[in-house]
Amino acid sequence: MIKAILIFNNHGKPRLSKFYEHYTEDTEQQIIRETFHLVSKRDENICNFLEGGLLIGGSENKLIYRHYATLYFVFCVDSSESELGILDLIQVFVETLDKCFENVCELDLIFHMDKVHNILAEMVMGGMVLETNMSEIITQAEAHNKMEKSESEEQVSVGFLASALDRKQRRCIVSV
Amino acid sequence: MPAPIRLRELIRTIRTARTQAEEREMIQKECAAIRSSFREEDNTYRCRNVAKLLYMHMLGYPAHFGQLECLKLIASQKFTDKRIGYLGAMLLLDERQDVHLLMTNCIKNDLNHSTQYVQGLALCTLGCMGSSEMCRDLAGEVEKLLKTSNSYLRKKAALCAVHVIRKVPELMEMFLPATKNLLSEKNHGVLHTSVVLLTEMCERSPDMLSHFRKLVPQLVRILKNLIMSGYSPEHDVSGISDPFLQVRILRLLRILGKGDDDSSEAMNDILAQVATNTETSKNVGNAILYETVLTIMDIKSESGLRVLAINILGRFLLNNDKNIRYVALTSLLKTVQTDHNAVQRHRSTIVDCLKDLDVSIKRRAMELSFALVNGNNIRGMMKELLYFLDSCDPDFKADCASGIFLAAEKYAPSKRWHIDTIMRVLTTAGSYVRDDSVPNLIQLITNSVEMHAYTVQRLYKALLDDISQQPLVQVASWCIGEYGDLLVSGQCEEEEPIQVSEDEVLDVLEGLLVSNLSTPVTRGYSLTAIMKLSTRFSSLNRIKKVVSIYGSSIDVELQQRAVEYNALFKKYDHMRPALLERMPIMEKTATNGPSETVQTNGETDSTILDTKHLPSISQPASQVGFLKHGFSIQTCAHFRSNPNPNIAVITIHATNSTEADMTEFVFQAAVPKTFQLQLLSPSSNVVPAFNQGSVTQVIRVLNPQKQQLRMRIKLTYTHKGSPVQDLAEVNNFPPQSWQ
Repeated sequence: MIKAILIFNNHGKPRLSKFYEHYTEDTEQQIIRETFHLVSKRDENICNFLEGGLLIGGSENKLIYRHYATLYFVFCVDSSESELGILDLIQVFVETLDKCFENVCELDLIFHMDKVHNILAEMVMGGMVLETNMSEIITQAEAHNKMEKSESEEQVSVGFLASALDRKQRRCIVSV
Repeated sequence: MPAPIRLRELIRTIRTARTQAEEREMIQKECAAIRSSFREEDNTYRCRNVAKLLYMHMLGYPAHFGQLECLKLIASQKFTDKRIGYLGAMLLLDERQDVHLLMTNCIKNDLNHSTQYVQGLALCTLGCMGSSEMCRDLAGEVEKLLKTSNSYLRKKAALCAVHVIRKVPELMEMFLPATKNLLSEKNHGVLHTSVVLLTEMCERSPDMLSHFRKLVPQLVRILKNLIMSGYSPEHDVSGISDPFLQVRILRLLRILGKGDDDSSEAMNDILAQVATNTETSKNVGNAILYETVLTIMDIKSESGLRVLAINILGRFLLNNDKNIRYVALTSLLKTVQTDHNAVQRHRSTIVDCLKDLDVSIKRRAMELSFALVNGNNIRGMMKELLYFLDSCDPDFKADCASGIFLAAEKYAPSKRWHIDTIMRVLTTAGSYVRDDSVPNLIQLITNSVEMHAYTVQRLYKALLDDISQQPLVQVASWCIGEYGDLLVSGQCEEEEPIQVSEDEVLDVLEGLLVSNLSTPVTRGYSLTAIMKLSTRFSSLNRIKKVVSIYGSSIDVELQQRAVEYNALFKKYDHMRPALLERMPIMEKTATNGPSETVQTNGETDSTILDTKHLPSISQPASQVGFLKHGFSIQTCAHFRSNPNPNIAVITIHATNSTEADMTEFVFQAAVPKTFQLQLLSPSSNVVPAFNQGSVTQVIRVLNPQKQQLRMRIKLTYTHKGSPVQDLAEVNNFPPQSWQ
């Protein structure tokens, strides 16, 4: 089971944090800080696995991370997940983000945090891997976005209609 | 009031803040605006406000006042609102807040919604944070969705079912009929999540496990199709077809095949095929191979397959990718107990990993090396391990040193080699060795009679170089005290004897007494050593002077010793030679451990001097107090009639005949209220395997009311990597121990 998924930059600022186990708000922030501390010390040519910090379950849980340019993608998992498999999962996640955002960079994650959450929700649910097929995930995410867009267009057109009716009424009154 | 700003605006504003205080100010202002907007019950902008709140929550600011708003959003009809509402619920709510129960009805309605995306949202939220009450209410809906033909919903329902089972295990039976044709799906997403569901059910209940064993042929078929199917663009990851699904199926096969001959039989072919056909140039191939190896080791596979698995691990060790090496070392550590010989073949590669730059790899390699040491390779391995001890990080040194001591004790080819190895460890990592190693070493040295001269000479030379490492200094001063005469007479056979005079030796020992580097314990050792030399050396006056100086030392322990030694010179000079003569050979199982004889030299002297009360020790009666497969504790009750007839002295010996050591062994005892208990320190906290040695500990029980002695004992230790706790009652003490 995946306990938490964290994305933060080289200075430790969180860009996405999703916990699949219950922690208080304070503990969540402490976990982010502790994880950043552990992961930022690692050299570039060292393996990508390390034991979890004390707050997140100690040596039973592992931190599997990948460093892309300015961002760290960290998955905290317990012993039932395959470490190499999770490494591949991180790769699939990043490639999916890349396809959705067209050459994704840190700014995209900053300004579209809710969209990133939605994509992640299509991949991992309740701490377990739901879907790993990139095209499938992207199709679902786009369908969601379309639904949202159609709703907001309805709203705009309704508002348009309302204001048009309003103007007609006024013209009628004026003409009268 | 003006429309609340968009999320993007907020983010842009916050990013312009230059200090933490500025950021906090902006966020507080925005929070106030959001709060008043919530109070106005504004439907149009609620979703925008909650989105901003979630962003602020991620940065670490309190956002609990938005919880009810999330619920209102979930209840709305619009998809946009529901989406943000459910996201907010997942991030802000959990089962500790009472508010979450209000969601149950909304989720129920949404699970039956006409749009699949809304149903999906509801399933997702339930699967992430549903409490046991919610799960109980909604399990029926989830089960219905598990049988639907819509693959988008089916896969989500499967994972939701896993969450329900985790929260409320009794509901597992409910999902059983729905699993019947889960595996005949074509959609890989559904297949994947179904395998996860089946895995969860098998792990939780042995009945389910036997029920699902009949699925093995189907799983094997699916796996075969995946391997043989050739290129399929939608599931391809770096040239392999859906590796995630392959890994999941292999894991389920491992659980199903464990301990069952028929299933293991059915899997043998496909495992061999995967092991030989998978391409290893990319990480995905290695992930599959790794999973295959773990499966082969766990099920009842034939020996050819096991050898193949270990060879794959050996190949992993040579891989350039450090992740692969790490993973290989971890799996080899798990299998070294069962397939010892096969792993031995890769010993040289493992030893090379000790020189790796990566800390995690070094630690794994060290543990594995200790597991691989045996009588044949001890010399070569020890050379490598000592080199590693020289160059490794301080965190490793303690573990490495104790490992080396254990290995040397078990497999030392000769006494001289053993002593040389110990000397080497003491000089390189002396300050990191564990406290109990000093008495163990002293005992070892005492018992190797023919090496006394050689040992004392080497220790003396080491002392001349460096007096900062306390364990080394303690052992050295004890030896010089015992065998100083051999040192001065230059009797060494093993190596070139050095020319040392009595004064030089006494200089060194006195130097220890005054040095700032010496701990109080070390000073005690050296004072006692000087005293012992009074019978071996001829410069009595000097020794008398030193001893009398310390009679007024501030340190109470030193003072007591010095005063008693002074008394020995003055009043009891006729007893001095007998008292201070050579220590007899100590046997491990019969005594209380040399730590007590060395430290309490002062006390034992005084009780023996007190000739009016002679200690009488009745015949020790030993019986087995506790026996559990391979591990036994023997109690040996002594009874001293004087000085206090109510004290019973019990010695426990713990031995271990299993094939793995028991480390961190702690013995605790409790007695009924009328008794008083004193536990003295144990000889060590590692019980070696195969009855190679034992841990002894002395217990003193005060029994003023002469009641029958009963004791409840608790043992905590680590065996084969996992902590164990045992409780037992010991009632069979012989009557003479308490009468």
